[in-house]
Amino acid sequence: MAYQRVAIVGAGITKFVRRAQETGKELAAQASKMALESCGMTMKDIECVSLGTAPDAFDGVHMKGEYLSDGSGGWRKPYMRQFVGGGTGVFAPVHGWYHVASGMFDTCLVVCSEKMSSCHPHPQGAFKTIFDHTTEQPLNPTLIWIFALEMNRFMSTYGITKEEIALVSVKNKKNAMDHPAAQLPMEITVEDVMNSETLAWPVNRLDISPASDGAAAIVLASEHVAKRITDKPVWIDGVGWNLDSAYWATRDLYYPRYVEKAARMAYKMAGITEPQREIEIAEPYDPFDYKELHHMEGLLLADRGKAVEMLLDGKTQRDGDRPMCPSGGALGVGNPIAATGLMKIIEIFLQLRGEAGKRQVPGNPKCGLAQAWGDLMQVGTVVVMRI
Amino acid sequence: MELEKFELGATPLKESAIKDGSVLTLHKKPNLRYAWDNGVAIGRYLTELKEGRIIARKCNKCRRIMIPPRMFCELCWRPTDEWVYVRDTGTVNTFSICYVNWDASRIKEGEKPHIPAVIEIDGASPGMGILHVLGEVEPDKVKIGMKVRAVWKKPEEREGSITDILYFKPARG
Ligand SMILES: [Zn+2]
Repeated sequence: MAYQRVAIVGAGITKFVRRAQETGKELAAQASKMALESCGMTMKDIECVSLGTAPDAFDGVHMKGEYLSDGSGGWRKPYMRQFVGGGTGVFAPVHGWYHVASGMFDTCLVVCSEKMSSCHPHPQGAFKTIFDHTTEQPLNPTLIWIFALEMNRFMSTYGITKEEIALVSVKNKKNAMDHPAAQLPMEITVEDVMNSETLAWPVNRLDISPASDGAAAIVLASEHVAKRITDKPVWIDGVGWNLDSAYWATRDLYYPRYVEKAARMAYKMAGITEPQREIEIAEPYDPFDYKELHHMEGLLLADRGKAVEMLLDGKTQRDGDRPMCPSGGALGVGNPIAATGLMKIIEIFLQLRGEAGKRQVPGNPKCGLAQAWGDLMQVGTVVVMRI
Repeated sequence: MELEKFELGATPLKESAIKDGSVLTLHKKPNLRYAWDNGVAIGRYLTELKEGRIIARKCNKCRRIMIPPRMFCELCWRPTDEWVYVRDTGTVNTFSICYVNWDASRIKEGEKPHIPAVIEIDGASPGMGILHVLGEVEPDKVKIGMKVRAVWKKPEEREGSITDILYFKPARG
């Protein structure tokens, strides 16, 4: 293939918090500075910037990409904003990959920043505008509706219980106890999840990730540059993305076909034919606990309806056969929308390098995957990485 | 390069610090209003709702009868061909029992929960659902696969909106 090979060579992240004193720009600058320092580079070495940030409504800033540009080091550089709702954090590195893989640039700083707490009393209010303005918004929907509707369909199609799904939340919030950026690390039980407030049955409070502020950044480099910078580059070997129809109520809600399409695109590029065997570690997007299982199936990392068996067998634990969300995921580390996906990319980067500290999974994995999802339940974004 | 070795930023604030003014914040309520064009398909859909009817659109290539109606078929990527009236009954594809409002505030003490559902409309193609809410049913009696029928506003109160259907209720018999 005529692409330049692209590696991740550095990473940085801010603490994910409910209310940051810093602006979105300041958070972006902190994460970017960390990412550059982690690989001994400066902004002078960066040829272009890919910025990911989700809906403008969260921050209440129109043209948020432009607003965040100077905090992201995009000042007088080729700079582009990527935006697909919750899928943004994996979409922005995909576009960074493009910039470098195309041969146009040799280095790219990918920054994702989100400040959801600006929206009062709650960013859920901004989410209402996700629904169709004429046929759905007059019903006063909350975004939790579509997750609850999807979760119910997923549960009833395969005969999965709420208690079984709650185990994802228990696992991820516990994993987050070892993540220094985590907002909601907790040791909880299935009973705690079941007894937490019912927001929209079958979704309880502890089934959901929090609203967060935070930023993350990575440095991408072409092969010849990467080898100068580090002896442990992590290669982006496959990228994929896919968008389904906005007529979401017309789809089979128990299976994310668009995630499968995105995954197949990334697997083909990475030469992966047996994802269940070859993808050793993954960070599927988990803003709700059932989404980890739903996405494992869409990613072909579990057979349809069988992700829950892998969970019950302990395979998806950090020390299991197929660790899922060893970082603690959106449920535990937090969910500053765009920054979450990039946090997942950073987790796989650290895990493949053997540098994830207390979160390190055993067995020196060589191949991992990060995925994000969003918009009106319609986008899948996937990155396959290898050491 | 473990994260612990990074200097992790961000200093969290409490809601109280914003409310009592111990940190300076700026509050602003943008007063924005929109008048959306309904378009050709949804315009007719709303007009028919005002008359107490539900209308769909058919694609003669994939033969799907689509609701809400659309002037193009997103599968075949071609214009759709004809208007088709469908029924005001359907089947619950999935549902939720919701205790929060659109802005994340809680419903009032004693208030009935919202019961949003995806309803597959009879006469449209299988799997063709719309978002609406259920009423006249106890939350614990709602089941996937349940047959439901539209409860309409009185003709003189209808305004050409999806809310001209107040809710769907269980269909007897
Ligand atoms: Zn068609």
